Amino acid sequence: MTTSTTTPTSNSIFGGKAVNYVDDRVGTSKIVRSFARKIFPDHWSFMLGEMALYTFVILLITGTFLTLWYQPSMALTTYEGSYAPLFGQQMSHAYSSTLDISFDIRGGLLMRQVHHWAALLFVAAIVAHMARVFITGAFRKPREMNWVFGAVLAILALAAGFTGYSLPDDLLSGNGLRIIQGVLLAIPVVGSYLSFFLFGGEFPGEVIIPRLFIAHVLLIPAALLATIAVHLALVVLHKHTQFPGAGRTNTNVVGYPVYPVYAAKAGGFFFVVFGIVVLISAFVTINPIWNYGPYDPSPISAGTQPDWYIWFVDGALRLWPGWIGVPGMDGGGIPTEFTFLGVTLSLNIILPGMVLPGLMIGALFAYPFVEQWVTGDTREHHILDRPRNAPTRTGFGVAALVFYLTISLAATNDIIATHFDLSINDLTYVFRTTAIFGPPLAFWITKRVCMGLQRRDRDLALHGRESGRIVRTADGEYFEVHEPLAPAERWALVQQEEIRPLELDPSVKHSPVEKVRARLSSWFFEDRITPVTPHELEAAHHEGGQEGEAISDHESRSAITGSGTQEPAGQQ
Amino acid sequence: MATVVIMLIALVVVGGAYSALAPSRAEASTTSAEDVTAGRDLFLANCSNCHGLQAEGTQNGPTLIGVGAASVDFQVGTGRMPLQANSVQAPQRTVDYSEEEISQMAAYVASLAPGPAIPAEEYTSTVDDPERISKGNELFRTNCAMCHNVVGAGGALTRGKWAPEVQDTTGKHIYEALLTGPSNMPVFNDANISPEEKQDIISYLHNVNENESPGGVELGSIGPVTEGAFAWIAGITLLIASAVWLTSRSS
Amino acid sequence: MKDQHVGTDVAAQGGGDLPDRFANPGVPAHRFRTTDTDQRAAKRAERQVAALFALSAAGSLLFIVSYFAFPLDETFASVERSTWTLGLGLGLAILALGLGVVHWGRTLMPDHEQVEERHDIRGTDEDRAAAAAILQDGFEESGIGRRSLIRNSLIGAGALLPVPAVLALGDLGPRPGDALSTTLWAEGVRLTRDPDEQPIRAEDVTIGSVFHVIPEGLNESDHPLEEKAKAAVLLIRLEPGEVEDDPERDGWDVDGIYAYSKICTHVGCPVALYEQRTHHLLCPCHQSTFDVTQHCRVIFGPAVRPLPQLPITVDEEGYLVASSGFPEAPGPSFWERG
Repeated sequence: MTTSTTTPTSNSIFGGKAVNYVDDRVGTSKIVRSFARKIFPDHWSFMLGEMALYTFVILLITGTFLTLWYQPSMALTTYEGSYAPLFGQQMSHAYSSTLDISFDIRGGLLMRQVHHWAALLFVAAIVAHMARVFITGAFRKPREMNWVFGAVLAILALAAGFTGYSLPDDLLSGNGLRIIQGVLLAIPVVGSYLSFFLFGGEFPGEVIIPRLFIAHVLLIPAALLATIAVHLALVVLHKHTQFPGAGRTNTNVVGYPVYPVYAAKAGGFFFVVFGIVVLISAFVTINPIWNYGPYDPSPISAGTQPDWYIWFVDGALRLWPGWIGVPGMDGGGIPTEFTFLGVTLSLNIILPGMVLPGLMIGALFAYPFVEQWVTGDTREHHILDRPRNAPTRTGFGVAALVFYLTISLAATNDIIATHFDLSINDLTYVFRTTAIFGPPLAFWITKRVCMGLQRRDRDLALHGRESGRIVRTADGEYFEVHEPLAPAERWALVQQEEIRPLELDPSVKHSPVEKVRARLSSWFFEDRITPVTPHELEAAHHEGGQEGEAISDHESRSAITGSGTQEPAGQQ
Repeated sequence: MATVVIMLIALVVVGGAYSALAPSRAEASTTSAEDVTAGRDLFLANCSNCHGLQAEGTQNGPTLIGVGAASVDFQVGTGRMPLQANSVQAPQRTVDYSEEEISQMAAYVASLAPGPAIPAEEYTSTVDDPERISKGNELFRTNCAMCHNVVGAGGALTRGKWAPEVQDTTGKHIYEALLTGPSNMPVFNDANISPEEKQDIISYLHNVNENESPGGVELGSIGPVTEGAFAWIAGITLLIASAVWLTSRSS
Repeated sequence: MKDQHVGTDVAAQGGGDLPDRFANPGVPAHRFRTTDTDQRAAKRAERQVAALFALSAAGSLLFIVSYFAFPLDETFASVERSTWTLGLGLGLAILALGLGVVHWGRTLMPDHEQVEERHDIRGTDEDRAAAAAILQDGFEESGIGRRSLIRNSLIGAGALLPVPAVLALGDLGPRPGDALSTTLWAEGVRLTRDPDEQPIRAEDVTIGSVFHVIPEGLNESDHPLEEKAKAAVLLIRLEPGEVEDDPERDGWDVDGIYAYSKICTHVGCPVALYEQRTHHLLCPCHQSTFDVTQHCRVIFGPAVRPLPQLPITVDEEGYLVASSGFPEAPGPSFWERG
């Protein structure tokens, strides 16, 4: 509004005419003032999300390169390019143009490999990032919605990967498409209609590749970009969380300013990620589609697997028994596909192929809200939980990971069989058992480990570090001198909050839902170990009997065995 | 007299034309009676325990009557026989016999009853013809890849059995395996895959495995499994390592 | 250190009146890097950064040179050489640039930790009240609350509008009809070799053989791949008596030569692995296993239905032909399969 023509032009270029020109029209100086010195905390695990973002950018760049030559068409052509073993064979334009990119365009094979390695790393970074956010409780208020957007991003990434690797129309990915079509067919009532709609008729048809192409280069990237924008905007709005440490509170952020330090490190990291992916792609083959040949419904290769992030679906399909019978007996028993009244209900396909992934994804979306309901904790959290301080949540996370890993590795059972001289049948039995019993076992083990680590933290806070110096008293007693922790070191071990489970007011009548909630809440927080208080620290010193001196070894032994003053009474 | 001469000439012409024009059987040269005897001695010493004194078979080993020289040349020539230990499938091992001994044992078994013969070298050598390599690629993909993998890297069968990798197998042994159907491999007789087509397959396998993949290290040519493992084990580790370095304090 | 067995935060109280929890000791004192205090170290770091940038430039040069020096000449070797030289050049160019910038940031840019207070995310109570009031006023000003005619007709229009959007996709694909149950197989159709359609004589199929089969005329049909996805068949010969008796399938085989659909009844992969001695068919996708001696009954894995058998016979010239189509729809299950 005010056209000030008297802005003094400073000596630096940042105050010069060009900058003022833009500021007159956009108000950039206000943006710079508010944003350029924003503080971001620093931890390597915070860079996992960045890895995902940067690999996505790599995918956009290399993907654009590939679209300049790739032809999304299933029309047939006779191959006359440079890959001799396929010369003269009939194939789709999609496959032949991918061969051309690989063999007849300089840098083409390199770009294909960068694109595919980046895709594998994109999803891997997302999974690692989600795992970090989960076990540090970063999804708690106010970030529940950001978690939901993140889960949406994870699903979009899976869709992007699947549509992408199906584009070359090769034998391997074509069989993957066939499996998806088979799962679609199994959907009750509308399955065959859905399949005919998606494929424009019978499988494989002539339109699926062009349709997957537009999904892969336009629809999914657009959705990804929009969701990433919202995801990052929320991170800026909420400010990033931080690990507990000296000076870090729930109402501040301790770290470095965006400009120049963070911009340099984060910007540099983009090039580091990009460089690593390119170097891997220069020397390690990925997706050698020339070996697979063009898609045809009749042949197939031994060792047919999708890309790693789809293994959990393929593995579930492999593990599900078509006939549930006596263990060890081949066939017979109860079928899991039923024909009645002229229709067929294929539970053997729907349950592992649609219901199970749906439940897993649903659990992912719902977790922050379920945890909040169970714990009753509605406060804002900007300080992360150390995983050991939330044993039940960490236990869930590890159990979920064990389940996911088991059914994912089940998709590789024939490769495991050939390389370790095992039987695919035995492996299937082992994976089935592990998928069921592994997660509860993992949950229990993780909880015990977390509690052990918490006890060790208490011990460290109370008694300090072993210094390796042995002292002999006049009575002939030996003990090791412990060095107490400095306050800054000790802080991270003692700062966690004491959360109590929900307690119901006994004088009021409660609904069954509330009762269930209270029971779940006390189970969630059972076995918690309270952090060391100043009183306990003083008591520990006094019991040592030597003011201002070292603590006796006998004392620390009792701390480890759990007897004595470590857990205040009533905190079972 | 003239009639006799004409008939003789006719016989010679017809006989000669037949020899020249009839499809040659894809067999190697025949062996002598001494080979058969030597082969029998070797057989009695090394094989008869399981295969019976007359090669009629016992409960420990199937009959060899009718399996042909090709089977022996394959099984003994790849070290699968003699079987070292009872297992679900005879693995490929070191070869215990010389070329001569193998051909003698083969000659003995061939003498028991007609069976598939050792193929002639003109059918087991690789040809460099791109058209034939392409045909071999098509044939291999349709008939073989489902067990042996698209480039012959091997694959799993049921109950601990496997289809071995065939990337380093000689043309002769590939041919013999196709012809005799060893272990659980089906038989691909000459009416199913002709001798020329068998050679196409041999040529394709040789061609695809003699070259390094242009993309770099192949990770075993088994596809997304090793690629996914590499992405996590090498890729994510490298990226995390660089993140740890990046966020650490400089000293 | 060992003399101070209590931290400064506790000692301040003099031992009598301790707080319930430890207090946050505050951001630790800044530790200087050698590059902060030592000029020579800083200069060395500068040179290291510059060296990394120079390495990046070298990588770009390698890419440029390789792009022209290593053309592609239709050999594997040329593609391999081009790929790794271009990749090494590009990778170094990018990586070294990144490492240089990061090293610069780590060693030379200021690394004082700074503290910024968080602002409330939520609006103040006043904000909330004012916002609620604004929204309420606007709602009343729009009149949609009072004017039920507008509201109801709007709802009606809005409910219908998405329907055209969805309906516009109506021609995405045809309705299935009975397409999934019909194949090219019919009485008299010859069994031919996949993929070149050579007809097969009965005596060619010896014991232990497996032939991969497509119906004659497939390659000339309108939709060869779509037909193949339903019609692919395996031809297997077993010893007489090995296959268990089933009176309903009498005459469906030719002297122990059996034809079964190759398309898995689970989700449609080709069940192509035939184990000659065990007579098992294995599908490589999810390891469904079918026993040929029991008419391809499922004995392991997620499939439930056996592979449909194609009844075959021999024509006058001795070639194998189908005696009819499949008795049921081949391939994966679907709802209306019945």
